[in-house]
Amino acid sequence: MHELSVTENILAICEKHANENGASKVTDIYLTIGQLSSIVDDSVQFYWDIISQNTLCQGARLHFQRLPAKLRCKQCGHEFILKGELTLCPQCESMRIDILSGEEFFVESILIEKEEAL
Amino acid sequence: MSKERVPVVEQIFSANDQIAMLNRQRLNAAGVFSINLMASPGAGKTSFILRTIEGLKNILRLGVVEGDTAPVTIDSDLILAAGMPAVQINTGGDCHLDAVMLKEGLNQLPLNDLDLVIVENVGNLVCPASFKLGTHLNVLVASIPEGDDKPYKYPAMYRGVDVLVINKMDLLPYIPFKMDYFLQGVQILNPGVISFPVSCATGDGISKWCHWLIAQRNHFIGHGD
Ligand SMILES: Nc1nc2c(ncn2[C@@H]2O[C@H](COP(=O)(O)OP(=O)(O)O)[C@@H](O)[C@H]2O)c(=O)[nH]1
Ligand SMILES: [Mg+2]
Ligand SMILES: [Zn+2]
Repeated sequence: MHELSVTENILAICEKHANENGASKVTDIYLTIGQLSSIVDDSVQFYWDIISQNTLCQGARLHFQRLPAKLRCKQCGHEFILKGELTLCPQCESMRIDILSGEEFFVESILIEKEEAL
Repeated sequence: MSKERVPVVEQIFSANDQIAMLNRQRLNAAGVFSINLMASPGAGKTSFILRTIEGLKNILRLGVVEGDTAPVTIDSDLILAAGMPAVQINTGGDCHLDAVMLKEGLNQLPLNDLDLVIVENVGNLVCPASFKLGTHLNVLVASIPEGDDKPYKYPAMYRGVDVLVINKMDLLPYIPFKMDYFLQGVQILNPGVISFPVSCATGDGISKWCHWLIAQRNHFIGHGD
């Protein structure tokens, strides 16, 4: 059910920006989602197809840009991309690790169509 | 007709976050400290609230907001029986409370007569992490029978909390739970997070938690943030 409220939020954000920019239609939506945030793409698309009906966003394609989780060891400075489970620093086995990215979750941009001004 | 790319960069939870901020302002104005308890179903949230009420009832005036996916008042009835005002919020099947639901819950509590509000979120280790409520502290109740791998499986939840309660410590002798492995995951995700090992069955560890909570609340009253 989480994905339904997420999808409603995405729609509200896209409609606001589409209106502000005088769009007649939104064709594409680019979402940025970090690997550590917990959204399931398939169900967002499922809800999207239902709730975007009769809006400026009807039929718009959702593009999910997944960002990998990037970590940096505080002890030795080693930077690494998370593959699978969270681990100690692969270089020095420290557990003092910064998460640099991977927690993003935002609407990056939209593609809109505009009627030409007469 | 022309095509155009519009940069947006807007956080998907921004609407919820704004209402969470209003909740916080309202709680601040009433001088009410607040905590959001999150956990998987059965971890012991309600038991922990009842223990906390027992420990604080002569010291602080408490109110409780109970989130539930179904209109059952089992948990809120327990709180009412313990002599504290409780409100039941039915999320209508949603797997989490959000800021709007808490706003409605706060409407039903006598905020000006309270010192502390405890929110029992819906049992779930995924969704509540994303929906800020505006409470002053986010508290995760982990429990021994859930297993020692949960920080690794639910990183967002472990990362976003201010306090970790480790409940059902009385069961540790009976369950293969590697505390070192568990705490290592916690440490990576949330370095230095304060933790309270407790047992709601025996009451062990509860008084330490209650003292700490009173200190946090006093600090809040002193600073008003
Ligand atoms: N052994 C043991 N059982 C506990 C403890 N805390 C809670 N329980 C039991 O765990 C079950 C679920 O507790 P409850 O408070 O309803 O969990 P909630 O779903 O998170 O609110 C109940 O049967 C409690 O009696 C504890 O510290 N030790
Ligand atoms: Mg409960
Ligand atoms: Zn290292």
